[in-house]
Order: sequence, then structure tokens, then C-alpha cells
Amino acid sequence: MQKTPRFSMNNLPAIWTDELSAQLSEDESILAWLEIDLDHQLHFATGIVIATDKRVLAKMADDGTWQTWAYQQGLQLTQRDHAGVGCLELFDPHARLAFWRYRLGNVMAANRLIECFLQQLDYHVSGKLPESSQTSAQCPHCGAFLSAEQDECPVCEKQNHIPPSTWVLLRLWRFAKPYKGRLLIGFLLTLCSTAATLVPPYLTMPLMDNVLIPYQNGQPIDTDLVQFYLSGLLGAAILAWMLGWARTYMLSLVSERIGADLRTTTYEHLLNLSQEYFGGKRTGDLMARIGAETDRINLFISLHLLDFATDVIMICMTAIILVSINPWLALVTLAPLPIIAWLIHLVRDRLRIGFEKVDRIWAEVNNVLADTIPGIRVVKAFAQEKREAARFHAANQRNLQINDRVNRIWSLFTPTVTLLTEVGLLVVWVFGIWQISQDEITVGVLTAFLAYIGRFYIRLDSMSRIVSITQKAAAGTKRIFDILDHVSSVPESANPVHLPTIQGQIELRHVGFRYGTRSITRGINLVIQPGEMIGLVGHSGSGKSTLVNLICRFYDVTEGAILVDGHDIRTLPLAEYRKHIGLVLQEPFLFFGTIAENIAYGKPDATRAEIVAAARAAHAHEFILRLPHGYDSLVGERGQALSGGERQRISIARALLINPRILILDEATSSVDTTTEKDIQKALDNLVRGRTTIAIAHRLSTLREANRLIVLDRGRIVEIGNHAELMAREGYYHRLYLAQARNVDEEERALISATEHSIAGEHK
Amino acid sequence: MSATVTYQLTRNSYGRLVLTDQSGVTHEGVIPVRSFPVTDPGQGIALIDSHGHELAWIERFDDLPEAYRVLIESELASREFMPEIKRITKVSGFITPSTWHVETDRGAAVLILKGEENIRRLTASSLMITDNHGIHFLLRDRTALDRHSRKLLDHFL
Repeated sequence: MQKTPRFSMNNLPAIWTDELSAQLSEDESILAWLEIDLDHQLHFATGIVIATDKRVLAKMADDGTWQTWAYQQGLQLTQRDHAGVGCLELFDPHARLAFWRYRLGNVMAANRLIECFLQQLDYHVSGKLPESSQTSAQCPHCGAFLSAEQDECPVCEKQNHIPPSTWVLLRLWRFAKPYKGRLLIGFLLTLCSTAATLVPPYLTMPLMDNVLIPYQNGQPIDTDLVQFYLSGLLGAAILAWMLGWARTYMLSLVSERIGADLRTTTYEHLLNLSQEYFGGKRTGDLMARIGAETDRINLFISLHLLDFATDVIMICMTAIILVSINPWLALVTLAPLPIIAWLIHLVRDRLRIGFEKVDRIWAEVNNVLADTIPGIRVVKAFAQEKREAARFHAANQRNLQINDRVNRIWSLFTPTVTLLTEVGLLVVWVFGIWQISQDEITVGVLTAFLAYIGRFYIRLDSMSRIVSITQKAAAGTKRIFDILDHVSSVPESANPVHLPTIQGQIELRHVGFRYGTRSITRGINLVIQPGEMIGLVGHSGSGKSTLVNLICRFYDVTEGAILVDGHDIRTLPLAEYRKHIGLVLQEPFLFFGTIAENIAYGKPDATRAEIVAAARAAHAHEFILRLPHGYDSLVGERGQALSGGERQRISIARALLINPRILILDEATSSVDTTTEKDIQKALDNLVRGRTTIAIAHRLSTLREANRLIVLDRGRIVEIGNHAELMAREGYYHRLYLAQARNVDEEERALISATEHSIAGEHK
Repeated sequence: MSATVTYQLTRNSYGRLVLTDQSGVTHEGVIPVRSFPVTDPGQGIALIDSHGHELAWIERFDDLPEAYRVLIESELASREFMPEIKRITKVSGFITPSTWHVETDRGAAVLILKGEENIRRLTASSLMITDNHGIHFLLRDRTALDRHSRKLLDHFL
């Protein structure tokens, strides 16, 4: 290529590359593109929209020509979506110029396209050079920009839906490594114990040829020889028993440890991940990964893999022994083996599908129960017991149907394996008898062969299971490593600065935060003095919570820096930094345990006196004493039922106890009624005193105490000042305040008219 | 039959529907919404404004003047996206996530099924399949599928 575009064309989907290079002028470079996968009537079709540094280009695959629009004043590119379909629209001041539809998998690309479009438009209209955001890394696949700490592209990550390959299992080696010595011993034990189990059939050979056959031919039994062989048999059996025990014990020991390591490592890693990660995951899913998946992997290693290894070793050893005794008979014996293995695998496969169906149908039966039992009051209130019973019956009926079908194959399975074994034995019999008649082998050899072969035909069945079990274990392993591979987006500093005490001055310098490609806050500059109380105000989605999350360092800023007492918070050790912060949330979370334990959560070594003092300050002391066991009452899940206000006061006591210099109140009083709010407010007043406080409240009236109010709109600070100043300015805050006051009025009026209505109704 | 309607409906140059009501107030960006998109698409269509407030209710399409009906239907056609699966050509595997190649009434498509729980039974024979981006694919009658598709589908049910 003669030109060197800023944005490599290699990333562009191949089908467009050729066409496009003919379109572009020498010095034009592609900045962003969006692949279109739907046409205007929402039929599947392909197309592309491209933003270059000169214009916007677009083409659908079956269009003849490219449409182009040069950047000019008044051009607008917007995107909206509905039910999983996005719509990208290009306007000029008079009309819509074009629009494109696409599935939402491309939403990141669309956002990026719009971002580039805006930058370029700005540049072409005002001549201002776009801010350089090119420093951040780009995803090699789709070109989306990655924030500094994102290890995986959020666009591609979501599209990565290939079932895991079995090789993932090899990654478990990381956890097996510490136990490699014991694993080696376990392997040797497996080898020995398997060898020991193969001795008895071997001994049948001389027993037959040297004792029994000669006896039939009229010779007396050689008692010494019999004793020798029989004690050999017994010895081998005992040896096999001992070795088998040692092997199983050793390997279970190791596999349990591997499983435990896997579990704790994953959990520890999970706890250190940023808030961002938890935001995108379902709790049940994460719990299942750590609990069930590690257990499945554990079982796989300790049971299935071990069995499989034993079987393989046994088959190899048997083959060697058989060949060493008589190669021809060995060949005949082993030849049907692959065929039988294949047949068994075939049946197994069908069974597996059947069993999966049974699993799913079970889930359905359970779902009916899970639906109905918690909703039993509704069921009874609407007298729908019969219908629910019918629903359960129907689910059960389906369960029966599927089970019947599976059982048809399942009942066939064991007899089939037996039949195949018998057929295999028959072949050996036929060939063996023929060989004996030719005097090529002795009766003893044939007996030994039959004894060997019978053993491993049975094992073929269990071996055939390994395929599906391995797949499942691989899937589980992948899900575990998904967590382990995720790098925390709030990393610990390499050279941390230790601050045992802080003053509580917070400075935000040009703070910007981007979630994926969506910019949430931009250019925030603010200095909060020690002991000052700041109220954050704005509509939902204006970036209040984001700002708080950034200050707590649940997320890291994408631009600028946050400084506490002049130190960038990214240089402070996380745990130490958060000790200086007290957080009171809208929905206080109480752990299962006593009230005292819950109050002391942030400082487990607190004395009883400290706990009581904190509870007193939080106005929680009195209600706690009214509980039957006082501070020892159990709360949290399955514990004492507390009201919202009571829980909130416990969480305030919790924050008070760690005596933080910085306090964050995130909608601390929103979830309670106005009377309770007053109680909590009193508790909060104690808490706020002398601390740097940042409060978010939906009800503006609760923020009157604040020294300054910061009004946010769409991620920017629009106004700063106290209540009176802002009201006097008659700006954004003024409107917000009036709108809220009006709402309260309306609510009250609506309430009154509703009561009047019902009274009127009663009179009729 | 065409009942009288008390509003005017036009499409402006921005491609948005504009509704002018009796009192002469115009609402830009009006969106038609079906109340029962799956079970009874023809019954109960609401016209809502950009804030989600209902402006007008259409009991049946037959109640509308022809011009309005065309306007609303074209808007619906460009909004509604529930491809109906006619054939399943290929699935990448029977372990989810699995990539399906399907033929729909809107052309061939590829969808990624994240888990079996994303297949929802609507009735005994119809299914709703949600792909990884939340797009719903409708399978109106699975007994009417060809043998190959039925067999593939059967693995997931």
C-alpha cells in the first residue's frame, strides 16, 4: 500500500477492503467504521458505514455505489435502539439524509463511529484539532479503544462464544504443580497396582497347562506347584488391594487439595476484582462457578481422569502381555476392540442427549414449584390451586414422556455391552480352538486370553463416558479461568505511599470516566476542603454515583486524577485508603451475625464500649436494647427482622466506628419515610461532624446542611454554591428544586383526591 | 369500514411520525406499539409519544383510514424485529454457547445461543429463542420444521 492510514485497514472486514481502497483518496484515512447487518426493512443484509478524516461513506452490499457526505456545519449523526436493533441516523438541518439498522452487537462500534464523527466535524467546522485520545490501546480485532486497565476488549469479549476446547484442562497444571511429587508417586502407584491386577490371569496359564491338563491326562496333581501358583494368586490380589488403596488415597488427597486451592484462589481473586466486574455478573452465576464448577473439576480429576488413566494403562499392558504370549491370537482378540468401542460410544452419545433432556425437564418441574410455593398467597387468594396442580401435572407428564424415551435406549445399553463382550469372546474362542487344534497354543494360553479379554471389555463402557465428562470439565475449567484471567481494573500500586492518618482534603483534577466507549463524566475539577460537606445534586444518570465510586476507587478514572491530601489515590494501598472512608448506602447490607458483629464489621477488634458508643451516636442504642438479645441479637439473613430505618442506623454506627476522615452518604435516607428520615438525619448529623462528607440525596431538602452543592448534568459540573446562592441564581438547581417541590405538592393533592374519591364511593 | 379518527398523522422530513391531535398540539416522533406482538399482532396498537405516553389507541387496523394504516404499518415494519426461524441449517455444537446458522423470513442469519434457558416455550409447539444480543427469534411451529432442523433443535429442548 502506498499510503499509511492512521488506522490500519487490516482490521477492516476483508470484503470491504478492496472496494474501499479504490474509493479513498491518497491522504484519506479511515478512523472508524460500523458494519451494518440489517437493511431498512430489517431483513438480514450486509453493509458498512465508515468515517474517514474527510467524510462519511456508506454502502450496502447490494447497492451499486457508495454514498458519501462531506463534513459540514449542521451535520448530525445519532444512534438509538429499540428491542435489540440499533438505528444510526444522519441528519442535516433540514432532513434525515440516511439511516442504517444493525443488531446491537455492534453498539460499541456505533458509539465509536459517532465519537470519531463528532471530533472530525468539530475539526472541519471550527478548525480545532481533535484532542488526542489515540494514546490508549486499541483492540486488535475491532479497533475499539480500551481503557488503560482493560485487558480484553469489551466488544470482542462479548462476541467470544466458542465452546471451550478440551485443551483448557491443561491450564489446571498451574494448580497441580505444587503437588507434582505426590502426583508422580500416585502415577507410579497406578502403574504398579494395575500391573498387579494383571498377574492373576497370567497365572491361570501355567495352572491350566502344568496342573489341570496333566491331571486329566492321568498324572497326579503336583501339590507344591499348586500351592506356589495359588499363593501367587493370593499375593497378587493382596498386593493389588494395597496398591489400589494407596493410589486412590494419594490421588484423592491431591485432587481435593487442587480443588480447594482452585476454589480459594478463585474467591480471593474475585474479591479483589473491581466493582465494575461485579456490576456485569449475576450473583448466582458467580456462586455456581466457585462452588459447583470447582467441585465438578475436582470430581473429574479424582475419579474420571484416574479411572480413565487406569483403563488406558491396563489396556496397553494387556496388549503387551497378549502379544508376548501369542501375537496372532492377540491380533484377533484386539481387532474387534475399536469397533466395539465405537459402537458403545454411539449408544452413549444418544443416551447423553437423553439424560441432558431429563436434566432439563427436571429443572422445569422444579421451576413450577419455585414459582408456586413462594407465591402461595396469590395462588390461594385467587383460588387457583387446581390450575397450579394441573400445571405441575403437565410438567410431570412431560417428564414421564422423556424418561420413557430415554429408558428405551438405556435399558438396551447394558445388555448390548454384554452382547458385544460375548461376541468378542466368541471370536477369541473360535480362533483359539482352531489354534489349539493346530497345536499352536495350549489350553492354558486360551484360558488366559479369555480371562484378560473379559476384563477390559467391561472397562470399555466406562471409557466411553470420558468424552462427554471431559467436555463438561473443560467447560467448567474455562469458566473458572474466566474469573482468574480477569485483571482487576483497579490495580495496586507498585510503590505504595502509606498514609496512616489523613486530613480529608479531596481534589479532583480534570477527572473523566468512560465506561466502555460511553463517556460518563468529563473534565471535573473540584477541591473539597477537610471537614467540608458537599452535596451532589442532579438527575439520575448525571454521574453522581460515578463520582462517588471514583472517589472510593471502586473504579479508576480514565482521565485526570483524584488526590487525597495531595496524593494520587492510585498510589495508596487500596485497603489502607478505604479504611479512611466511611460509606453509608441506600440499602444497608447486614451480614448474618449479631448486631455487635455487624457494627464492628470494619474494625473487628473494636471493644464493646466502642461499639456501644458508636451505636449511641447513631441513635441505634435504644432500639437495640429493646431487642430480646440486645447487642447479641442475630440479624441479616434468617435473623431478626429490622425495619429499614433501624438497619440504616446500624450501618451508620458501622461507619462511625471506623472513625473515617472521609464520609460518603449515597442516598442514605431515600428508602425510608419522612419520619424515619428525621431519626436518621439526627444520627447522620453526629456522623458528619468534623468529617469531609460527600452526600448524594434525591430529596434536595435533606442537603440544606451542605456547605456547597455541586450540580451535575450529563457528567459535567454545571453549578456550584450553597442552597441560597443557587436558588438566587435561578439556574439548573432552581429548576430542579421547583420541579421537586411541585411533585411533592401533586403527590399530596393526588393523595387527598384519592381519599375523597373512596369516601364518595362508600357513600353511594 | 373506516371509522373517523380524531388526529392527523404525517411523516416529516426527518423520517419521524408526527401526530396532530384535536386541539392542534403536534407530537413529533410518535411510535406505534403492538400490545400483543406475539399472540395477536393485529389487535390493540397504541401510538405513544417520545416520552412513552399514550396518545391514541387503535383497536384494529381495519378501523383506520387506508393512508394511516400504511404509515403505521411501515413504521412498525421498520421497528419490529422478530425474525421467524424457518430452517436450522447448522449448529456449531450441542454444548452451549452454540452458534446457529438459521434461515428466517428475513434472510439467513447467525445467532449465538448462550444457554438452553434462552429458549422459551410459548405454547406446546412455538418457541422463542433469544440470542446473545437479546434479539428474539420466533419459531412458530416446531412440528412444521423439516426433519434436519427438528433433529438439531431436539438436542436443545
